[in-house]
Parts: sequence; C-alpha cells; structure tokens
Amino acid sequence: MQVLLDALGYGDWILHALLWLPLVGLGLVLWGPEERAKGLAFAWSAGVFVLSLGLWWAFEPGVAGFQLASSAPWITGWGVSYALGVDGISLFMVLLTTFTTPLAILGSFSYIRKKERGFYALMLLLETGVLGVFLSLDLFLFYVFFELTLVPMYFIVGVWGGERRIYAAVKFFLYTALGSLLMLVAILYLYFQGRSQLGAGTFAYMDLLQVTLTLKEQIWLFAAFALAFSIKVPLFPVHTWLPDAHVEAPTAGSVVLAAILLKMGTYGFIRFLLPFFPGAVQHETIVMVMMGLGVTGILYAAWVAAVQPDAKKLVAYTSVSHMGFVVIGVFALTVNGLQGGMMVMISHGVSTGALFLLLGMLYERRHTRLIEDFGGLAAVAPWLTTAFVVTALTSIGLPGTSGFVGEFLALLGTFETHPWMAGIASLGVIFAAYYMLPMVQRMFFNGLVRKENRGVPDLSRRELAIMVPLVALMIWIGVQPAPFLRRMEPSIEAVLERVESGRSAQVRLDERNPAPELAAQPAAGL
Amino acid sequence: MVIDFSSNLDYVRALLPEIILCVWGMVVLMAGVWRGESSEEGPRAEGLGWLALVGVAFAAVANGWLHGVREVGTDGMIAVDGFRLFSNWIFLTAALLGMLVSFAYVYRQRLQAGEYYALMLFSVAGMMFMAGARNLIVVFLGLEVMSIAVYALSAFNRRDRRSAEAGLKYFILGAFSTGFFLYGIALTYGATGSTHLPTIALAVSNGTAHGALLLFGVALMGVGFAFKVSAVPFHMWAPDVYEGAPSPVTAFMSAGVKAAAFAAFFRVFLVSFQGAYESWYGVMWWLSATTMVGANLIALVQTNVKRMLAYSSIAHGGYLLVAITAANQASAGAALFYLLVYTVMNISAFAVVIAVSNHGEERLEFEDYAGLGRNQPGLALLLTLFLLSLAGFPGTGGFMAKFQLLLGAMDAQLWVLSVILVLSTVVSYAYYLRLAWYTWMRDPADGGSPLPVYLPIGMRLALVVGAAVVIWLGLFPGSVLDLARASAAGLGVAGPMVEILH
Repeated sequence: MQVLLDALGYGDWILHALLWLPLVGLGLVLWGPEERAKGLAFAWSAGVFVLSLGLWWAFEPGVAGFQLASSAPWITGWGVSYALGVDGISLFMVLLTTFTTPLAILGSFSYIRKKERGFYALMLLLETGVLGVFLSLDLFLFYVFFELTLVPMYFIVGVWGGERRIYAAVKFFLYTALGSLLMLVAILYLYFQGRSQLGAGTFAYMDLLQVTLTLKEQIWLFAAFALAFSIKVPLFPVHTWLPDAHVEAPTAGSVVLAAILLKMGTYGFIRFLLPFFPGAVQHETIVMVMMGLGVTGILYAAWVAAVQPDAKKLVAYTSVSHMGFVVIGVFALTVNGLQGGMMVMISHGVSTGALFLLLGMLYERRHTRLIEDFGGLAAVAPWLTTAFVVTALTSIGLPGTSGFVGEFLALLGTFETHPWMAGIASLGVIFAAYYMLPMVQRMFFNGLVRKENRGVPDLSRRELAIMVPLVALMIWIGVQPAPFLRRMEPSIEAVLERVESGRSAQVRLDERNPAPELAAQPAAGL
Repeated sequence: MVIDFSSNLDYVRALLPEIILCVWGMVVLMAGVWRGESSEEGPRAEGLGWLALVGVAFAAVANGWLHGVREVGTDGMIAVDGFRLFSNWIFLTAALLGMLVSFAYVYRQRLQAGEYYALMLFSVAGMMFMAGARNLIVVFLGLEVMSIAVYALSAFNRRDRRSAEAGLKYFILGAFSTGFFLYGIALTYGATGSTHLPTIALAVSNGTAHGALLLFGVALMGVGFAFKVSAVPFHMWAPDVYEGAPSPVTAFMSAGVKAAAFAAFFRVFLVSFQGAYESWYGVMWWLSATTMVGANLIALVQTNVKRMLAYSSIAHGGYLLVAITAANQASAGAALFYLLVYTVMNISAFAVVIAVSNHGEERLEFEDYAGLGRNQPGLALLLTLFLLSLAGFPGTGGFMAKFQLLLGAMDAQLWVLSVILVLSTVVSYAYYLRLAWYTWMRDPADGGSPLPVYLPIGMRLALVVGAAVVIWLGLFPGSVLDLARASAAGLGVAGPMVEILH
C-alpha cells in the first residue's frame, strides 16, 4: 500500500487536495441540475473520503511531529503562511470529518426537500472549513477556517431547520463569533510578542511555540483561547446554544455539528491551549476550574438529558455530557487522559452522529421527535432497533464498544492526577445508562400501543448503507483500539513534554526575576 | 519627473486629476443642456453617465501618471505623495461605482442627468483637494467644494419630500460644522502663525505654538472632522440624510465623503498635530469607543435597510477612528486599505439595495427582503457576500481590512479599544445577519412573489466589480495592502505614538 502511495506522490498533494476538493465539488453541485445535486455531493464527498483513507498508511505511526507538512507564504506583509500538516492528533479528526460528511449527506437524501443545491453546496463548504481547521499550521489560517465554518452552519440551521430555526441559528452564530473574535485579539497579542522576541512577525504555529510568555500573560491569553474553544465544545455554562441548534438543525446539520464541529473546540484545547500556555495549564486554580466545569457539565447535562421529552434534545444534552469527559481527560495532563479524550472525541463523533441520523430517520417516518409518541418499534423495525440499541450502548460506554475505550482511559488518566474528580465524573457513566436506556426502552420496546407506529417501515437499503459503516466502526474501535492509540501516542507525548518543558521554562523565567517565595516553589513542583 | 512648485505650471501638473474632473464636470453639464428637455430621456441620461465615467477614466490616468512624479520638499500647498494618490484611487473607485449604480435610478426618477453627474465629478474633485491638501485653507476649500456638491445631490430628487428634507438638514448642519472647522483653522493659525501643515507640525512639536489657542484650535477642528465622518455624538444628521437622499447618492457619499474626510483628518491630526498627541489622544479614544458601541447598538433595532446601512457606515467610521487614536505607521496604512475596501463593499451593498428598491425609494424595509433568496438567488448571494464583508468576516476583503486595523491598534497597545472593536463587531454580526436571514430564511408575508428585479448593464458591472474586489482582497490582499502601507509611509507619521504616553 505504501509503495503504491509513494508512487503516486500521495504525501505531496493529499492535504491540499482534501482541503480544496470539497470546494470544487461545491462548484459542480451549484453548476449542475437540482435533481442531481444530492447524488453528486455524496459521490464527491465519498471520493474525498476514499482519498483521505490513504492517510492511514501514509502516516508514520511512531513520529511525534507534523507529517506531510508544507508551507508557502500567503500574505507576506503580515507573515501569514499557507501551512498544512497532520500529526497523530489531527489525523483522526481529519478522517472523522471525511468519514462523517458523506454519511450525513446520504442521510439527507429524503430529509431535504427544498433548495437542494444550496444545501449540499453548504455541506461541502462546511467540509472544507472543518478540514482547514484541523490541517492548518498557521494561526491566521486556522482562525480563517475556524470562522468560516460558522457561515454554512448558520444557513444550514437557518434555512432547512425546524420551527425556531432562525433563533437557533443566530444564537449559534453570535455565541461562537464572540468567543472566536476574542481569540483573534489573543492571537494578535501572541503575534506581537513573537515579533519582538523572534525578530519577525509570524503566525506560523511552530514559530509561535518558541515565544515565551510570563505567567500573567499566559493566563490572560489562556482565558481568551479557552473561551473560544469552550463555547465550541461546549463546556458548561456556555453550552446553551447547543440544544437549540441541535433541535432545530436538519439531520445532517446535527450530525456534522455533533460529530465534527464540537471537536474543533477540544482539538483547540489540545493543539493550542496546552502547548502555548503550559504555565497557565498547570496553574492549580485553572486546572480545578476547567475540570470542575467539565465534571459539572457531565453531571448536569446528564440530569437534564434524563428529563427531556424530546429525543433529539436528549441526545443534544448527552453531547455536553460526553464532551465533559474530553475536557477532564485533557486537563488531567496525562498520556492516558489525553488519549482517552481523543478516543471519546472519535467515539462521540461516530455514536452521536449515528444517533442523530437514526432520530432523523424516525422523524421522517413519524414526523415527531417526542419519546412518548413511539413505543414497541422493535416488533416492526428490527434492523432499525438493532442499530439504535448498539449505538445507544456505545454512547453509554459499554465494554466492547468505542465509547468504553475513551471514557475508561479518560477516567483512568484523570484518576492518576485528580482521583476525586475521576470519582465524581465516573458517576456520569452511570447517569448515561440512566438517561439512555429508558429512552431506548420507551421508544423501541414496551408495547406497540399507538397504531401509527405499526406501519413504521424498517431501514431502507440506503439507510442500512449509512448505519453499517458507523456500527462497524464503533465495534472495531471497541475491540481493537490499539491501531488508533498507537498513532496518536507520540504526538500526545510530545504535547505533554511541551507542557513539562514549559514548566521548566517557567522556572527559568522566574529565576531570571528572582522572587524569594517563587524560587523555592517550582523545585517542589517538579 | 520632478515637481518643486517653482513655477505655476508645477501646480497644474500636481493638480491634473482635479483639473480634469472640474473641466469634465463642466463638459458633462454642457452636454446635459445641449438639447434642453430631452436630457431626461433614458438612453440619453445613461449616455451622460458614460460620458462622466470617461472623465473619471481620464482622471485615473492622470493619477496614475502622478505616481511617476517625484516632489521636492514640502513647501507646496498640494502634496504629491503616496497618501494622496492612494486616497485618489479610493475616490475614483467611489465615483466609478457610484455612477454605475446611478444609471437606471437617474432616468427612472427623471433626475437631470447632466447636473447629477457633473455634481458627482465636482464632489470627487473636492475630495481630492482634501486628501492632497498641505495647507488648511486648501483642506477647507476641498471640504466646501465636496460638501456643497453633496448637499445638492442629497436634495436632488425634487419630487421627493424626504430628499429635500435630507438636503436641507445636511446643508444646515454641515454649514454649522464648517463654521467650527473654520474657527479651528483660525485659532490654529493664531497659535502657530501658519496654515501650512508642515509649519504647524514644526511649531507644535518644538513648543513655539501658543498652548491654549492651539488646544481650542485642535478641538474645534476635531469637531468639524467628527461631524464630517459622522462620529457619535456628531452623527445625528447621518441616518436622516442617508435615508432621505436618493439611494445612489447615499451609496456614493457614505463611502466617498467619509473617505475624504478621513484622509484630511489623518493628514491634519497625524502630521501637523502629532506633537500634541497627548492632548487629543484621550478624546479620540472615547470618540472611537462611543462611535463603535453606539452606532452598532442603534443599528440593531433598525427596520429600514438604508437606515441600517447608515448606522453601519457610522460604525465603520468608529473603526477608522481607532486608527487615528493609534496614530502609528501601521494604522495609517490600515486606514487607507480599510477605506478602499469599505468604499467597494459599501457601495456594492447599496447597489443591491438600489436594485431591490427598483431604482427608486420603494421596498426598503427588512420585510421587503423576505423571499429574495428564492426569487433572485444570485442577487441574494451577492448581498450576503457584501454583508459578510461589511461585518468583517474571514474570506472577504472586510476581514483583511479590519485585521490590519486591529494590528495597528494592538501595535499601539490599545488593548481595551481593540477588545471594544471586536466586541462591537460581534454586535454588528447580529444586524448584518438579520438582513441575511430575511433574505434567505423568510418567505414574503403576503405569499406572493416580489416584483422582478431590473439589473441594467451599469448595475451588473458594479456588482461584478464589487464582488470580485471583495473576494480578491479577501483571499490575496498582499499587493494592495503593501501598496497602501507604502503609500502611508510617505505621510510622515512619527511611529508608535503611544510611547509618548507611557
């Protein structure tokens, strides 16, 4: 396989191709006839996925740094470059994106009935935006793509959404824009620090990593970056846009939102917060605040989910709960914790995406999302039920599914440094069963009381084609997580080393301006 | 070619674009009355428009020629530097786009085409005088030439009462503010003994200027400029005038007049008053903060598109005031670049508004945009693009311009002002997006399809040029940005002014 890829020069062009091919597809979709739009969009995005699969082999598992990296000047006056690359952290996010997008498009075939060309064009634009976020190695470029994802999502929710779609779309947009604009100011601050320390203004990720910051600066910049990413995650208490957006979004919108867009936040944690602000990240208060918010989110969202009558809203809240595990895993600052966080991100992307797809299928059949309107579907739609049950169990984190690997590792990693937090957070796993299983029971089991439910058809072939890869992936990761962990481990260790070295750099910085009480403290910390 | 203003011919050379515009304005005026009544006919009115554009093209050639001219010393009343020439490009762009969007409007509303386009050319000449002035008297002259032409243009639709109201309001308040400005010039002259900007700069920086007189002079000129750039709280006239004036005039003046006022504002404050930075820094800080916050908040509750764009234009003035507050090299370049991008995107957004309002003053409410996305997807797409650019969204020229502005502000360590800038940008997203969601997400209230939209060739051209520039500068701003920064370098801004404070 590798020989074949090398022969094609795969590594030289693949990242650029992945980034821009969806835009080409967008042009084709807009250009082509309305009735061909969906087929074309699906074929195109599936093609992009097939292309991206080569990354699995082209990527060297044992290497920590960025691979397939390339950089070209873009706006020289500002020191902005067009720099792309993948490491063990972004690799999986890229694959998750290319994997989920065609499935989300396929899941929209019968759901989207108006302005189809526009819808599929926006889906492809969204794919470019998200891939740009994960591939960028330049903070300016990253910011551009980070913001770019807002526009297609805004229109997807606002035009094809449910009744309160405009409210949800505007809330989503303003919430996220607020965070990211403050992050822009922080990026600029970093740029100016870089300019005075490195001698030339640059936005390149690797160069800005060299910038040393005082603890006070780190804490302020951390706050700005963390706000932007926390809104995206979303972390309690800035999560309130999420349920609205999820409920109102069309199926594909929810899928992409849950599976990919939220990951941009946690990806930002790992990619930017930890390496750039090691001092702030290890600051005791900040760690406790972030973990505390993560744990609060896990428990609070789980409780709120448990009382939702609307199945889609319930799943939306479970997202908040699951993403809390990622946050505590990341801020545990252990290899296990970070790996667990990454695995939860992947698993949550697959399982929650699948849940939204299934709920979308149910909505198309019954035009309701209320749990009480269903019941006994297992008798009439066994395949649908099977898919739903497996997905729900993955979401809960049953051993043997991908959900278990992630949450177990995240909790393990947290336990190593913050046993109490891990203890409280593990309650979230129990709560997950408490909100998920009754929903499954009330929708698919119990009696087939309502006569509307008797005629519910089982999965069509198209729907089966969506669910099979998702379910297969959940089980595969659950049984065989090693290939995933092996690829992400070096990069994660590098991030943690960077955090550690940042601590010693901090010591050097403190020694340079000796303050009597500080001079003794770091030695104990190390 | 070298210009040292030793002979009067040098002045002719230095003022070539202005002279061409003035002469051409008279040509258009004469052509307009050549056959009396028939000037109101459609094709003829459009012909006059094209004729005026030929004048703009000649002026552009002259301006391009001036790039190859080198001036010696700073004794002339007219500057031949990059700052002026880049500003001239902005005004010429405003004239080009402003005229293109006027074509159908002028003959549909039966405006006298000859006078209309001639006034536009005269006002552009006035703008150029303002940007190129190296003497306060020339600034004033340019201000009056520009303003009087624009007062007349605002009131140009004599069949429309609101147009007359707009013109009168603008004229009275404008005249009042000109009084402030003139008094400021007089006091500055009293304090420094000169109206020549470099001489004033010298007197201010070496402390020979009379302190109190100078302070009042600076303050009064500041009020005059603040009025012209419609900074909050001197903005009260703007929404009414912008709403009442014929839409193409609003498009033209919200960009061109603002650009000219800022160009002069920059030269006077950053060059001649840079020695008094401490005394006006605080006022500018608050002026920009209140303008950004106030205008964006008021824009949120507007239901009329022209009024919303009027407040948006005020808000953009606030962002530019940040550049004056920062008063450094980066900000001067940023302001030029911003003004160029703003001119293009603002007139283009107005172009869509004019098209939707059927080249008249109808269908100007947000409600009227419901269903536009379904009926006119192309036009709605362009509107969305221009709105996103006005909002400063990545991928558009508006973002790059705002980014450079932010870069300048942060270089001057204006942290709080930078945060206010980005927060007010978030507020602005709300109202720009509101128009976008009316366009795409609402169906018309009466269920019927709106009137078909008429897009004559001039309008199409303006929209295509506008969209191309906005996207091009959004993706590859490098070359234009470098030109803007190089142009501002000749202005002679001292550098990071903020060090005076710390």
